[in-house]
Amino acid sequence: MGEILEINGPILTVRLPQVVIGEQVRVGSLALVGEVIGREDDRATVQVYEATEGLRPGEQAEALGHPLSVELGPGLLGGIFDGVQRPLDAIQKASGDRMARGLALPALDRARKWRFEPAPDLHIGARVHGGMALGSVQETASITHKILVPPNLRGKLVDLAPAGEYTVEQAIARIQDRHGPVAKLALFHRWPVRTPRPFRRRDPADEPLITGQRVLDTFFPLVKGGKAAVPGPFGAGKTVIQHQIARWCDARIVIYVGCGERGNELVDVLESMPKLTDPHTGRPLMERTLIVANTSNMPVVAREASVYVGITIAEYFRDQGLDVVIVADSTSRWAEALREVAGRLRQMPVEEGYPAYLASHLASFYERAGRVETLSGDTGSVTLIGSVSPPGGDFSEPVTSHTKEIIQTFWALSKQLADARHYPAVDWTESFSGYVAASARWWETNVDKSWAARRAEALALLSQAEELARIVNLVGMEALSAAQRWTLEGASLIREGVLQQSALDEVDSYCSPGKQFLLLDLALFIYHEGMTLLDSGVPVQQLLGLPLLSKARRYKSRYRSEEMEALKACRDEIRGTFDRIRTEYTKPVERAR
Amino acid sequence: MKEMEFRTASAARGGLLFMKGVPGVALGDRAAVRDHRGRLRNGLVIRSSNDLVLVEVFEGTDGLDLERTWVRFLEEPFELPLSRELLGRVFNGVGRPLDGRPPLLSPLKRPVNGAPVNPAARAYPREFIQTGISAIDGMNSLVRGQKLPVFSGSGLPHNRLAAQIVRQARLPGEEGRFAVVFAAMGVSHSDARFFQEDFESSGVLGQVVMFVNLADDPPIERLILPRTALTAAEYLAYDLDLHVLVVMTDMTNYAEALREVATAKGDVPSRKGYPGYLYSDLAEVYERAGRIRERRGSVTMIPVVSMPSDDITHPIPDLTGYITEGQVVLARDLNARHVYPPVAVLPSLSRLMKDGIGRNYTRDDHPRVASQLFASYARALEVRNLAAIIGAEELTEGDRRYLAFADAFENRFVSQGETEDRTIFETLSIAWEVLSLLPAEELIRVSEEEIAGHHRFQPLSGEVHAA
Ligand SMILES: Nc1ncnc2c1ncn2[C@@H]1O[C@H](COP(=O)(O)OP(=O)(O)OP(=O)(O)O)[C@@H](O)[C@H]1O
Ligand SMILES: [Mg+2]
Repeated sequence: MGEILEINGPILTVRLPQVVIGEQVRVGSLALVGEVIGREDDRATVQVYEATEGLRPGEQAEALGHPLSVELGPGLLGGIFDGVQRPLDAIQKASGDRMARGLALPALDRARKWRFEPAPDLHIGARVHGGMALGSVQETASITHKILVPPNLRGKLVDLAPAGEYTVEQAIARIQDRHGPVAKLALFHRWPVRTPRPFRRRDPADEPLITGQRVLDTFFPLVKGGKAAVPGPFGAGKTVIQHQIARWCDARIVIYVGCGERGNELVDVLESMPKLTDPHTGRPLMERTLIVANTSNMPVVAREASVYVGITIAEYFRDQGLDVVIVADSTSRWAEALREVAGRLRQMPVEEGYPAYLASHLASFYERAGRVETLSGDTGSVTLIGSVSPPGGDFSEPVTSHTKEIIQTFWALSKQLADARHYPAVDWTESFSGYVAASARWWETNVDKSWAARRAEALALLSQAEELARIVNLVGMEALSAAQRWTLEGASLIREGVLQQSALDEVDSYCSPGKQFLLLDLALFIYHEGMTLLDSGVPVQQLLGLPLLSKARRYKSRYRSEEMEALKACRDEIRGTFDRIRTEYTKPVERAR
Repeated sequence: MKEMEFRTASAARGGLLFMKGVPGVALGDRAAVRDHRGRLRNGLVIRSSNDLVLVEVFEGTDGLDLERTWVRFLEEPFELPLSRELLGRVFNGVGRPLDGRPPLLSPLKRPVNGAPVNPAARAYPREFIQTGISAIDGMNSLVRGQKLPVFSGSGLPHNRLAAQIVRQARLPGEEGRFAVVFAAMGVSHSDARFFQEDFESSGVLGQVVMFVNLADDPPIERLILPRTALTAAEYLAYDLDLHVLVVMTDMTNYAEALREVATAKGDVPSRKGYPGYLYSDLAEVYERAGRIRERRGSVTMIPVVSMPSDDITHPIPDLTGYITEGQVVLARDLNARHVYPPVAVLPSLSRLMKDGIGRNYTRDDHPRVASQLFASYARALEVRNLAAIIGAEELTEGDRRYLAFADAFENRFVSQGETEDRTIFETLSIAWEVLSLLPAEELIRVSEEEIAGHHRFQPLSGEVHAA
């Protein structure tokens, strides 16, 4: 037992000999919990997960003997937890609309019973090891939750419970360690959040994560097991992109970490997800989703913990052989939480007040993403998508620039595009993806062989148009040739008909890979057909006046992803339009007129 | 302990009093600081150990004579007494009356810091508030429970706009039970008087609570003032079921006071000398707006943020924008062209608009009309820039239409009278009127049916049209 010596915001100095860094500590009469982040002689520095008002020097401090850990088992899905995995629904029941302090509620409901089915091929006496499935619980209609042996355990199976209803705490198996005692296993186990969960080996990540967002999937793809960042100034659309991914991506589990952002955005997820259905399974989206919430007005130390809580839960589902996506909005708030703690500890700031370990903390966090062979030989993945909120929208600031070094896919959002309401405001010159080649194989097998070529062509057209726009801005449209003016139109068609995609458009909010490709293909088809007509002397004005051009911009919201045949038929209409002009222009009589 | 007075101040600077050797003082507790003339100042414990206690003094530390300063630690957090009698009153930042009437007495008191709302207890704000101002209602709609700041600059009419919103804001078709909480931090006497007179002349004064700290009042008091004001607002909303509109002006003065204290404490600065925790600190204030499930009232917040040197990337507007649910940005060039309200719609945004407008809320076409106005006006401003370079004569006919659209949009749609209260339907019909300057093929964000219903293409004057 020790005592509090000093209270400085969320940081305490306590006299508490023999604690270790990372150990949990309980302080004061309010029983607030925190974590040891430094030690000197018999003094420890503790960061507290809740507001410290009311604590006084002299109050007691008690070491709890374990690091910050999460509970992993059935009952996580569909839930909303705070930054240290306390269940917010249960907290509301216990303490009302506002967060009461010092509530120690377990993450998983202790009273609820789950139907456990033992693994059919396991027999008593079998040798089991960490990561092996002892059985399963059908947690939601779409998710079979495997009950795993905790990673660090191995031994002989002494006992396995029969099929039946169990609470998370009831023992369902016993394992005899070679030397140690018999371990009792329940439906859940705990794992320290700052320790990555082990796996057998890393596998190459080469299957695209389909998000249903054209500018992401078609232009700057991400793969299952990949790492992506979405930087952008306020209001550019980071949260909307992450919501869209959480809604529509083809992962099995989605973990949404609201880290230092708005309360209402989490309510938006909570209220909309149950009403939406997963395009891949037809089930309500909330069944595969879990929220970790530390809003901007909640304590900053728990904010720092929240991303680790999220990623550890992600790894746990990965270990069951599932594809997991975790979105963290915003990693900047996490970095700022680090900075705040560092500042209070008077650690030497290196850039903009951030401590020297910012880069390494970011890197080791993102490193926990990946596609792996699990301890039981399955394949699972964690895809990590972090938003970054650079002060003043300046991408050269420390968090953005360090993150950029670590990730493979960079969706840079631009204020100009957002101000003009070009959504998603993904800037096609600043953004990049290191997964284009890997994704191309998938697209070419599953959608169309010319995917990579079309993509490259569209990007080239966009950058050509940008050059031309610069000229126009100097000397006006008159300086351009007919072909150049048509190029501008072609790029505009790509921008408005393909890149722009409103999250609010009921038809276009999700766009299947097939529809993505077709929209791009049709836009380029119009562009090429027009070019050949210009070559045969058709005035560009006539082409620019074609009603087809505004019609083509509406294809995306006219045809649903399921209406591919109708969309394909547009090609004939386009061809017809251009053919009519062509015959007009090749008829000698007409020309004479 | 409550009775004991300590005379152990070892230093005083930047609003902070450093007290030696007062054991066992709780963080966040109030302190009563008595100076050598016997006058009391209000303090708050912001750091505590047995050797050193740091007290933030809201009236400032100027003129404190350390040997003759006595401090009592009151063993309670900062609390505000709450009752219906708040309405119609004027207080300072710590809740002391400024209207010459007796202090508010009530058995109900709440700590002004207010514990955070459990995100799971929030309800998503969806009810459209009609402000009668087209640039807001049409393109940056406000909903009940939203926090929507006005980003402004010195000399721009943000106060007039805020006052107009207070006068006109209502839910269409509902005689609302409403209240106004006015939080003034470091405002000039004339601005404070402007609001007071405006509330009076529009007959709402009985529904208003004012918390006022003037430009020549102690700056440190600005740190507690919004918290006091929001404690009152939450009480009016969640205990008395009122829809509360909170106007806070000027948040820049608040942030500057925060920087002053942070500097005195020796906190590590991040940008422009502001402490790294400015974001979290502002969020504690702004996130108190909202709606709570099963509560009838709401807290809607309109903070005024003046942008130092009109720079939207300055930490104060920047961090505000990262926390609030959009922003209404005022522009100097529009103001110079006598556009009132001078709202620059492109950098403005309402994030909660999407769920509060359209069918069942305003009108079916509203979301698409707004989106079209944004797209067309963005294009029109590009054309205007181009015209400035190459001359309007050099523009194509299509581009000249965009120029005409830009002018009409600013002068007809954005610009309106200070007492002009447009219904959302009036706003939408003006929107279609200006969109009719552009040919239908250019309007791809509205539906073809909507074009057929509302679009009446007007050729440019002087334009010859083939039959
Ligand atoms: N794909 C989209 N479709 C339609 N609207 C969008 C889209 N992306 C962004 N928006 C609009 O932009 C607004 C701001 O987006 P969002 O909240 O995602 O910004 P942000 O980058 O997360 O900002 P902050 O950093 O302040 O959280 C949204 O409320 C919405 O109105
Ligand atoms: Mg966001």
